[in-house]
Amino acid sequence: MRLELRNITKRFGAVLANDHLNIVIPSGTIHAIVGENGAGKSTAMRIAYGFYRADSGEILVNDEVREIRAPLDAIALGIGMVHQHFMLVRPMTVTENIVLGAEPGSALALDLKAAAARVRALSEEFKLAVDPDAVIEDLSVGQQQRVELLKALYRKAELLILDEPTAVLTPQEVEEFFAILRRMREQSKTVVIITHKLSEVLAISDNVTVMRDGRVVGNVKTGETDAAALARMMVGREVLLRVEKPPAKPGATALSVRGLSITGRDGARRLDNVSFEVRGGEIVGIAGVEGNGQTELIEALAGLLPESQVSGSIAFGGRDIRALDARRRREAGIAHVPEDRHRRGLLLDFSLAENTILGVHYRPPAVSGAGSVLLNEPAIRHRAELVIREFDVRPPNPALPARALSGGNQQKLIIGREFELPPLLLLISQPTRGVDIGAIEFIHRKIVALRDSGCAVLLVSAELEEVTALADRVLVLHNGRIAGEVDPAAVTHEQIGLLMTGGHA
Amino acid sequence: MRSILTLSLVFSTIRLATPLVWAAIGGLYSERSGVINIALEGLMLAGAFTAAATTYYTHSPWAGLGSAMLAAAFFAFLLAIVCIRFKANEVVAGTGINILFLGLPAVLSGALFLSSGSTPQLPKDELLPEVAQLSVVSLLALLLVFVTQYVLYRTPFGLRLRSVGENPEAADAAGIRVNRLRYTGVVLSGVLAGIGGAYLSIGQSSLFTRNMTAGRGFIALAALIFGKWRPIQTMLACLLFGFADALTIQMQGVAKLPSGEDVPVQFIQMIPYVVTIVVLAGFIGHSRAPGALGVPYDKES
Repeated sequence: MRLELRNITKRFGAVLANDHLNIVIPSGTIHAIVGENGAGKSTAMRIAYGFYRADSGEILVNDEVREIRAPLDAIALGIGMVHQHFMLVRPMTVTENIVLGAEPGSALALDLKAAAARVRALSEEFKLAVDPDAVIEDLSVGQQQRVELLKALYRKAELLILDEPTAVLTPQEVEEFFAILRRMREQSKTVVIITHKLSEVLAISDNVTVMRDGRVVGNVKTGETDAAALARMMVGREVLLRVEKPPAKPGATALSVRGLSITGRDGARRLDNVSFEVRGGEIVGIAGVEGNGQTELIEALAGLLPESQVSGSIAFGGRDIRALDARRRREAGIAHVPEDRHRRGLLLDFSLAENTILGVHYRPPAVSGAGSVLLNEPAIRHRAELVIREFDVRPPNPALPARALSGGNQQKLIIGREFELPPLLLLISQPTRGVDIGAIEFIHRKIVALRDSGCAVLLVSAELEEVTALADRVLVLHNGRIAGEVDPAAVTHEQIGLLMTGGHA
Repeated sequence: MRSILTLSLVFSTIRLATPLVWAAIGGLYSERSGVINIALEGLMLAGAFTAAATTYYTHSPWAGLGSAMLAAAFFAFLLAIVCIRFKANEVVAGTGINILFLGLPAVLSGALFLSSGSTPQLPKDELLPEVAQLSVVSLLALLLVFVTQYVLYRTPFGLRLRSVGENPEAADAAGIRVNRLRYTGVVLSGVLAGIGGAYLSIGQSSLFTRNMTAGRGFIALAALIFGKWRPIQTMLACLLFGFADALTIQMQGVAKLPSGEDVPVQFIQMIPYVVTIVVLAGFIGHSRAPGALGVPYDKES
């Protein structure tokens, strides 16, 4: 199916999300749409799928102008979409999810048996290996994604739009997923993949559309471009894709974890007898598929888990800190950049200035003197201005609510606050999740600079490239245990990927 | 003697559980679609008053029942508009309806019957008929539960209703009209709660008295939660609460303190409410609400 967006414009309030877009997606190809957050990629594709309506412009399917008012219209035309956040009903079965909205049988009797048989047949045709009777919440993320593909195929989609499909997959799953996409192309389906991972664009696509600030800034054949050129188009300037860092000079042991085990509220083991050290002046990376104990490890170290859930020893600077609460640990010099910045990192409706004193709000300079309970507004403002300047937070207005900032700028604000502690140990999770390439480069440089100043850094990231690029040593976590330690300079992604999934390197 | 007592307790339990089943299953349709329905109490009162008044004028309990369904459906529709179209807080809007029906029936019966306390007494042959000592409404309640079980899990409508309550974005992406289904769920809850209310005024008793539901709408809501939003478990929860109620009636004047005096009636009357609190606090920890319960669906957010 050939899809064309012609002169599409869409506004959300004051924001021009799509500005006279022109995109042509030829039939039977894999087409990548790349761009930074907020470039308008997802908006454009959501318009094509009928989720949003364009303010002006036309959509052409196989060279005919078509009205797509709702997803139902798109589905009827043979357009399917797999969203970044899966559109699955978790307590329902695979089959129930797939037939939802297009149920077989009569209005009085749902024929789930026939549906399951068709799902099974489709699953075999495209080698998706999904059990039609499984309940969604019991499936791995990779399997859930295949359910999403089946959903589209079940409705006879000829063109599939995939929004950031690999963000949640392990390297092995990405390979399998690309194999599935190639099989679809062989069956003359058309695939549109929205992404910001340039290596994947180069690996899978036939053509690339690059977007920036709501506009198309380039349409190129994948064979005729490279990562540096694409990054330049996306950001609008030269970007360093590699992290420049001198060799680490590890000093004294800052953090020493011995036999750490964590039991969840439900009684399940989340972390099982983990031991490791982090020394001053080095970055230790934790690689692993999300949900293998990383979150709990960091929360245990930051003092955010009840002591009853944690066993083993945690020594910081030679002192056992297990009995210290989060505030005392911060006072000792442990900074924490949480994985979920909205849940643990910011108060979204508070101003940037207020957010920059969270965690130090009770002591000078945030209050006017030792023992005082009155906030010192000028000092707070001064600190906020410092963080904003040092960490290039935009827009640079301390009075704005944190909500008004983009994800990348929110992240820079949190990192700036934590760096100002100042830390002897930095716990940092998913430092660049949902952050633009330009800001990623900036954050990476800051982390390396902090390391070089002698701080110990424990880094958790679901992005394998980030862990291997930043860390001096990498520990792979699988199922709550350390599956292995590797040298990031000498290991391939495939080897780490194997450890991440319980195999042996 | 003892066995007769037990049998009468069973019948009493079923009679007292009947209005709870109608209201709770009604609530199930609303909440499974994702709209909190705390207004069951008020909707039952709407049904109870309308049924009694209509039956008084038409001398037909069926007309009374039908009008009760319509009246409660109307107010449920208002609730739906406020919650779905205007995205008002569902608890506040529902509470509004409950408060409205503490007063509105008194005003209306004052105007119609010159008595703000109650509607006129109806003769026995104008009440809903009984079969084998049980009201037809009780028997239909059983049917309702199994029909609901089938509808929810074996029809496209049920699948869609559940999906809308769990993950409206997913349902929308699958081409389902989220808000239309929610309107349907809420209005259905009104129809069913209205029947439960009608049963109170023209089945169990023969007139409407002020606030005659006495918290049954809330107990129905508790039964729905205790029943994990599933029809059969919800019915069982209603029977448990009905049993507590029946026990209350049986024990009055029977239960003695060690001193030989009667247990104060107020204490016995506490039983159903204490059971509700204990059940809700103690046993429902693992009950999982529909994923999107209480969250208005906003497409472009």
